[in-house]
Amino acid sequence: MARQLNQMQDWPRETRITHGRVTVLAALMVLVMTGLLYRYFSLQVIQNEEFRAQSDRNRIAVRTVAPTRGVIVDRLGNLLAVNQPSFTLTITPERADDLDNVLTTLSDLLGLTETDIELFKEARKRRRPLSPVPLKYRLTDEELAVIAVNRHVLSGVSVLSELTRHYPEGDLLGHALGYVGRIGIDDVDESEKEAYRGISHIGKVGLEAYYEDVLKGGLGVSRIETNARGVELDVIDRIEPVPGAQLTLHLDIELQRVAVAAMGDMRGAVVALDPRTGGVLSAVSSPRYDPNKFVNGISFSDYAELRDSRDAPLLNRVIQGQYPPASTIKPMLGIAGLNRDLITTDTAIPDPGYYQLPGDPRRYRDWILRVRGTGHAEEMNLRDSIAQSCDVYFYELANRLGIDALAESLDDFGIGSVTGVDLPSEKRGILPSAEWKRRVIGSSWYGGETLIVGIGQGYMLATPMQLAVATMALATRGTALKPRFVAAVDGRSVEPEPLLNVSAETAYWDEVFAGMVDTVSSVRGTAFGMRSGLTYSVAGKTGTAQVVGIAQDATYDEEALSEYQRNHGWFIAFAPVENPEIVLAVLTENSGGGSSAYPVARAMLDYWMSRDE
Amino acid sequence: MSNDFARVAEASSRELGARIRLLRVLHIDLWLVVPLLMLSVGGLFVLYSASGQSDVMLNAQMRNIVVAMVVLLITAQFRVETLRGVSPYIFALATLLLVAVAFFGVGAKGAQRWLSLGFIRFQPSEVMKVAMPLALAWWLSKKALPPDLRSLAVAFALVAVPSGLILQQPDLGTSLLVATSGLAAIYMAGIQWRYIFSMMALALVSIWPAWVFVLKDYQKQRVLTLFNPESDRLGAGWNIIQSKTAIGSGGWEGLGWTQGSQAQLDFLPEGHTDFIIAVLAEEFGFRGVLLLFLIYAVILGRGLLITWRAQSSFARMLGGALVATFFFGLVVNLGMVSGLLPVVGVPLPMVSYGGTAMVSMMIAFGMLMAISTERPVTRTMR
Repeated sequence: MARQLNQMQDWPRETRITHGRVTVLAALMVLVMTGLLYRYFSLQVIQNEEFRAQSDRNRIAVRTVAPTRGVIVDRLGNLLAVNQPSFTLTITPERADDLDNVLTTLSDLLGLTETDIELFKEARKRRRPLSPVPLKYRLTDEELAVIAVNRHVLSGVSVLSELTRHYPEGDLLGHALGYVGRIGIDDVDESEKEAYRGISHIGKVGLEAYYEDVLKGGLGVSRIETNARGVELDVIDRIEPVPGAQLTLHLDIELQRVAVAAMGDMRGAVVALDPRTGGVLSAVSSPRYDPNKFVNGISFSDYAELRDSRDAPLLNRVIQGQYPPASTIKPMLGIAGLNRDLITTDTAIPDPGYYQLPGDPRRYRDWILRVRGTGHAEEMNLRDSIAQSCDVYFYELANRLGIDALAESLDDFGIGSVTGVDLPSEKRGILPSAEWKRRVIGSSWYGGETLIVGIGQGYMLATPMQLAVATMALATRGTALKPRFVAAVDGRSVEPEPLLNVSAETAYWDEVFAGMVDTVSSVRGTAFGMRSGLTYSVAGKTGTAQVVGIAQDATYDEEALSEYQRNHGWFIAFAPVENPEIVLAVLTENSGGGSSAYPVARAMLDYWMSRDE
Repeated sequence: MSNDFARVAEASSRELGARIRLLRVLHIDLWLVVPLLMLSVGGLFVLYSASGQSDVMLNAQMRNIVVAMVVLLITAQFRVETLRGVSPYIFALATLLLVAVAFFGVGAKGAQRWLSLGFIRFQPSEVMKVAMPLALAWWLSKKALPPDLRSLAVAFALVAVPSGLILQQPDLGTSLLVATSGLAAIYMAGIQWRYIFSMMALALVSIWPAWVFVLKDYQKQRVLTLFNPESDRLGAGWNIIQSKTAIGSGGWEGLGWTQGSQAQLDFLPEGHTDFIIAVLAEEFGFRGVLLLFLIYAVILGRGLLITWRAQSSFARMLGGALVATFFFGLVVNLGMVSGLLPVVGVPLPMVSYGGTAMVSMMIAFGMLMAISTERPVTRTMR
């Protein structure tokens, strides 16, 4: 009761205290609420425009619309490079509630590998904020269904439909077409960045790279209303993209098939040109690879296998393989000798099986010595020397020409210069001369070296494309056109461009051609084995390029050499002789010699000369 | 003591009609009930828009409102003395439940906040929201005001233990609200200003140790992004940037109901719960915000008036604590959504979606109405 009384007595005081507290609290409330109200007023009324703009930026996405890449077709319209719809699984990390969880779920559903996840994380570092990161390409129908069913647990996951490059012929002409790949950091200059916004792939090698600007097309732009998860709700406006141009090639896919079949497992290269247009009818580099593997990122192990293979499948031997041209240059030297009056068509040179420079004990052997133990004949003229590939005759001719004239005359046939074919990264080979040796090797020229160059060995290197162009210069009697893969861009023909011009009297050409015809048709010709059943006229020349030097007195023992030290075989040809429609250069690596190369040429010529067109 | 005051159906206002008399009988204070209804019913419109026109959510919230209103009416029927009597027991029960949560609780996203009784799951921290102001008012009213140091020490302990338990769940938002309700009661009891200011000083000094030892990484991140949302545009800064954008783009008139692109296109996170004011601001503009502030002002003003008029120290401490807590939750929500305060999970009172918070809030207003309708029998008692 005392306590109650005590409280009763305190009642006014306690009321005073609590009333005071209420007053202070009320003041605090007025202050704070006014402050907060001002905050909202400031955001909503004063800064309204700024936030309205921000809201529009959130809402409206400017999307670049990638153009469809131009397709590539062969001379008859067969599709070589096309765009296929393909579905790509992507994740927009910002929109995933729990990224690790989503990745785990997807791994369980689709059986993703560690590599897929790693590649995803790599790609994530490179992309722009709020943009989808690809996780898996080329989804199958089953995978699409699994994703659709589990959509509700896959936040941030979307399936993009895009056109992906596809090469229907696979590895048949991988080197020539090249491939497109995901745009890498170094693929596009700063100045071009804008033109590639929204484009995911770029031509990396081959025609795809060379004609990138033509194939690419122009970007379209569309403004789209999206929600926060990037789902497109409405297209506000749109500028259509300009599709890339269609490339029509000179190439004939059936001839290519014949060439590939004829090459079989042999390493090497084949080039077929149309001497009337310079068009590349076929280009094979063997071993081949499938460009489709590269389109959406080749796996590291697959790439390592291609890159590290001793057979160098990624090398396009047609324009990047450099080999001693060997005896294939003999017809060209014949023209040079005749043109300079150093020989006539009747000039006869004794062939004991070897050649010696005056005052030099060294014997420069003829290849026939190893086979028959003697020379080709007592006396050899130009025609027979070409047909039988007589080394001694050309040692003598080279000696008469001297290295400078020899180099000059081979330069006329394009040896040592790029052909300018429409592919990137063409090699130029080596056309040695006294000046070249001083500059590159740093020592002076020896007379004996001229002889070696005279049979296409020594320092001299040429690409199969160069030899095909040189052969075109022979076939056309001196006027070679620049080799070209592309015949027309979007239906507009590409005009042939002159490349070489070699002038010589008709009789000289006739004589050299006669030697080349004999190569195939005379009993002693080096390609006599290809003669049977020919229904058209062929001029050809074999070559056997040494890979390792053979010492003065040693013999070339094929069995004793490792596969990669064996000689390369060459065969150049054109047909029909009087009005050539096709020019060929065939190289077979480590095959022993030219006899392995001309069957390839024969198969191709048979197909080409018998086709209905 | 029970005969000091009596709850009466006020008969003095003869001029008022029978309807008013009925309200008196039911202990209904229209100055509270009408604004609360305006908030909750008006909030339904915002909620409908914010939830992407979800009928399901609308129905659930209507049910929440009905339940909350029933709870409000029931609570209002209690005598203040009864409330005072049960205070220590409710507090003890709530504390036990919180301890139980720490051991047997269930939860999601790394927080353990729920207690499951098999057929029902509930958050004991919500019980504590009610128990805390009751218990503190009870404890402090046992002795003369202002409280002596010993009473104060016990009072602070009564605040600290449940708040700490809730903080470690972790649930910073509720912990702050619970602590505020207790501290507000202490404030109402007339704790000396010098203590208040020393504690404020102490709080300032302890910011650094709190930062290092108490706050969790996600909480620190929220504070840091408050100062520079752009530093983490797509992470912790996202909410602040998007809610400010939503508010700011509303302008004076707003973009129209269900027309706010931030809310409708899902740029605004938690638009139906903690960030619902941003939806309102975007779609109804500053006009809508102003109206909302006015309604809250009426509620706060009425709450303070009831507290002022209350007949006992217990009632005034309880009323003051309840109003202050309501005010605190409101300020924290309005401040965090507009980017002035760190993001802690505090809903906008009466508007945000959710039943539990609404029910515990209605218990608070029910108690306020219980206080408001209690009149002295005679003035002559003095």
